[in-house]
Amino acid sequence: MKHLRSIPELGADGLARLLELTNHMVEVNRRPVPKVPALRGRTVVSLFFEDSTRTRLSFETAAKRLSADTMTFSVSTSSVNKGESLRDTVETITDMGVDAFVVRHKSAGIPWQISEWTTAAVVNAGDGWHQHPTQALVDCFTVREARGCERFDGLTLTIVGDIKHSRVARSNIAAFSMLGAKIVLVAPPTLLPPDVAHWPVAVSHSLDEVISRTDILYMLRLQSERMAQGHVPNLREYSERFGLDARRLAMLPSDAVVMHPGPMNRGVEMLIDPSALPNSLIHRQVANGVSVRMAVLFDLLAGESSAGNLREVSP
Amino acid sequence: MSTTVMSADDVRRAVTRIAHEILERQRGGSRLALVGLQRGGAWLADMLGAALNTIEPAAGVPVGYIDVSMHRDDISLRPVVPGAISRIEFAVDGTTVVLVDDVLYTGRTVRAALEGINTYGRPRAVQLAVLVDRGHRELPIRPDYVGKNIPTQVGDDVRATADGVVITKVAP
Amino acid sequence: MKRSATPTSSGTTRVVLKGGTIVDSRGERRADVAIEGGVVVEVGEGLSGDARDASGAVIAPGFVDLHAHLREPGKEEAETIETGSRAGAKGGYTALVAMPNTDPPQDSVAVIEFVREQGRRAGLVDVVPSGCITLGRQGEALAPIAELAAAGVRIFTDDGSGVQDELLMRRAMEYGRGLDVTLAQHCEVATLTKGAVMNECQCCTTLGLPGWPAVAEELMVFRDIELARITGARVHFLHLSTARSVDLVRAAKRDGLPVTAEVTPHHLSLDETRLLTFDTVYKVNPPLRSPRDIAALREGVRDGTIDALATDHAPHPRRDKELPLDQAPPGMLGLETALGVALGVMDIDLVHLVRIMSINPARIAGINDRHGRDIEPGAPANLVVFDPNITWQVAPEKLASKSRNTPYAGMTLRGRVRHTIFGGDFTVLDGEPQR
Repeated sequence: MKHLRSIPELGADGLARLLELTNHMVEVNRRPVPKVPALRGRTVVSLFFEDSTRTRLSFETAAKRLSADTMTFSVSTSSVNKGESLRDTVETITDMGVDAFVVRHKSAGIPWQISEWTTAAVVNAGDGWHQHPTQALVDCFTVREARGCERFDGLTLTIVGDIKHSRVARSNIAAFSMLGAKIVLVAPPTLLPPDVAHWPVAVSHSLDEVISRTDILYMLRLQSERMAQGHVPNLREYSERFGLDARRLAMLPSDAVVMHPGPMNRGVEMLIDPSALPNSLIHRQVANGVSVRMAVLFDLLAGESSAGNLREVSP
Repeated sequence: MSTTVMSADDVRRAVTRIAHEILERQRGGSRLALVGLQRGGAWLADMLGAALNTIEPAAGVPVGYIDVSMHRDDISLRPVVPGAISRIEFAVDGTTVVLVDDVLYTGRTVRAALEGINTYGRPRAVQLAVLVDRGHRELPIRPDYVGKNIPTQVGDDVRATADGVVITKVAP
Repeated sequence: MKRSATPTSSGTTRVVLKGGTIVDSRGERRADVAIEGGVVVEVGEGLSGDARDASGAVIAPGFVDLHAHLREPGKEEAETIETGSRAGAKGGYTALVAMPNTDPPQDSVAVIEFVREQGRRAGLVDVVPSGCITLGRQGEALAPIAELAAAGVRIFTDDGSGVQDELLMRRAMEYGRGLDVTLAQHCEVATLTKGAVMNECQCCTTLGLPGWPAVAEELMVFRDIELARITGARVHFLHLSTARSVDLVRAAKRDGLPVTAEVTPHHLSLDETRLLTFDTVYKVNPPLRSPRDIAALREGVRDGTIDALATDHAPHPRRDKELPLDQAPPGMLGLETALGVALGVMDIDLVHLVRIMSINPARIAGINDRHGRDIEPGAPANLVVFDPNITWQVAPEKLASKSRNTPYAGMTLRGRVRHTIFGGDFTVLDGEPQR
């Protein structure tokens, strides 16, 4: 597959390959000069239609460490709606010469639509509520690193929060189940998607009931708009039922870890100062972001997935 | 059609000789380190390192490994699958690094290793030790220490292990 | 080449459709059909006249579409009344009911007259404008229904949206009584479908897209059936899409209520999994549903619960459909592929096909004096000649419509229009539009 658009599309083999490649990139990032010429002469363009400093910088750093050239288009939605269409933007950039697009957009499906308009590789940095494959790669890698194992058979991942609107949840559910983990979703019914019966998950509406049996506690952010939309009556009630506070922290097994994709809503889902959390992998999640994204770009433009992306080179 | 051009004994003797040559040249010089080029040079670097430390235990020569796949110059021509991960756990700055590989051919792998080493620091000097030099250089690279010079043809397959060096001619 | 003469005054040559099989309400029979002066003049074997080949083909009353968006006035870059008429003619249609969500909307006699006149000018099909139920389709106040009815409008709808206010809908039904009009409803409870992009189902869960629950349609179907029960109004349900909707209409008919219903070719043939590709061509209102719904809709056609096949032909310029899935406008083309899809997926005989594509819609539209009639001497010559077994591939660039948003692009369909005759003139001859 010449794109990285979703975890299901990547598949178990692709997942394993990228996680393995990440090890190489971690080593590169430990060097005094953390840079390799692998993608020299290639151009990676970030098309971020949603604000995201952290992810965008993570991708750009990754590209630069592989010696690729980078371009950034931080497009606020309104400017694309006026006049130049998304297709025009993509085609113009393709004409200028691009090897890979890294795209984040609030509408699901954009990476697939963009693939129709360009020959470049497309990396999904988040499409609406749908998928955020590199986040799932970061999270899987971080857990592997923490537990020293390649597979997660016998481990329980508990994801808490606004699953319905979470691309991180969808990608992680796919990735962690490919690696054998048992998955539990915790949310009020209004924050669960309409029909999860066919997902490989168990569902609970009570965090207190399941928290003492989990190996990984994954907290999702709750956006304040959800209150206005009637998904939860108010944020206080949400925090009481689903937030991580001192009492719940004490209920976690001693070797359980806590994760969060960031950014955090302090006082909503996170009622403890994150730096006071023992067994927090949140910093590792951030730290591993660059290595994972290096692996992704390398794989698409130079590695096993690159067969479709190699530029014409005269002999 | 395969020919054994070096036996296991020949390999062992060549390694010992090279170890002496390295130490000779190094006399009174800076710190020494070996870096085996993944994958072909790793076993040889281990063997060479063991030999060095047998002859002169006080030298304490560290052995590292470098995977050059990400430094290759032909990445745009075909997909690259990195091999084992690089491991260099000593300081490269000011060290004389001896790159170790089993077979020296076009020289491109060594060029990639030279570039790769620079990401770990600035070596005092870089030398090259190979078990077999089979000719057909495409870059101005020359080995400092050679086990055996063996002329080959471009299509030949050359395999080098601790058990010996075997050349298989490709059927015409 | 545009003709400005009214289509029913045609030449005086006697033209004969030779070698075909007539299919109308009386059944199937082999016969030649002679047309002269815009009218069928003779039906029988071995007729003489200027011959047109109909051998191996079916001769039927011209198709009538109860539901076409011709986009004029207001969105002429997507389609005009002329290009839409031509697309209709190519699809075998001799009459199209034009939906009123134009700009300005069809809620005044002036706009109705404009649409009719544009249809007459194009001279390719009978363009029958529908009127809005509410002013501006805003759902707040009634449109001048009586005035529009006096100007000849027989069908009223706010299509594009449903009338949300129950009291207003009741008033519209009461007001319409005695005016010999049909109120057609686009059933969608808007508060339940905000932002929806596809059917609420497994797929939308996986894709993380807001869903359009079936109940949003069924609630309004139920409501209008019950309001029709107490007001006695004649109600027609547009583009039904769920199994439960079919059940509700079936029960209403059993109770003897004057209720009719239509279904689109796409709801009979395409399911929600099409949207897994995120291709906006599959985005439509109501959305593509589950295989179970499709089976129920087909059964509804078979047992007569559903009276008509209506295309909901909804052209959109390429640029509009190239937006992200949640922003792209819903709608697909339908006029030129309806027959091919209907014959491909439906397990019904030709008489039933003609019933749902011509006879019933002509009656519901109130134009069965000139369309959907049995083929006999004296009937207006609004006919279609089609090959039921010929397969053909859909090539978007070859469509007569101005737009290209067909979900059947590249697919092979079965059943193709050979000739379309409107008022005695061949608008389509050997598959090619004549003007």
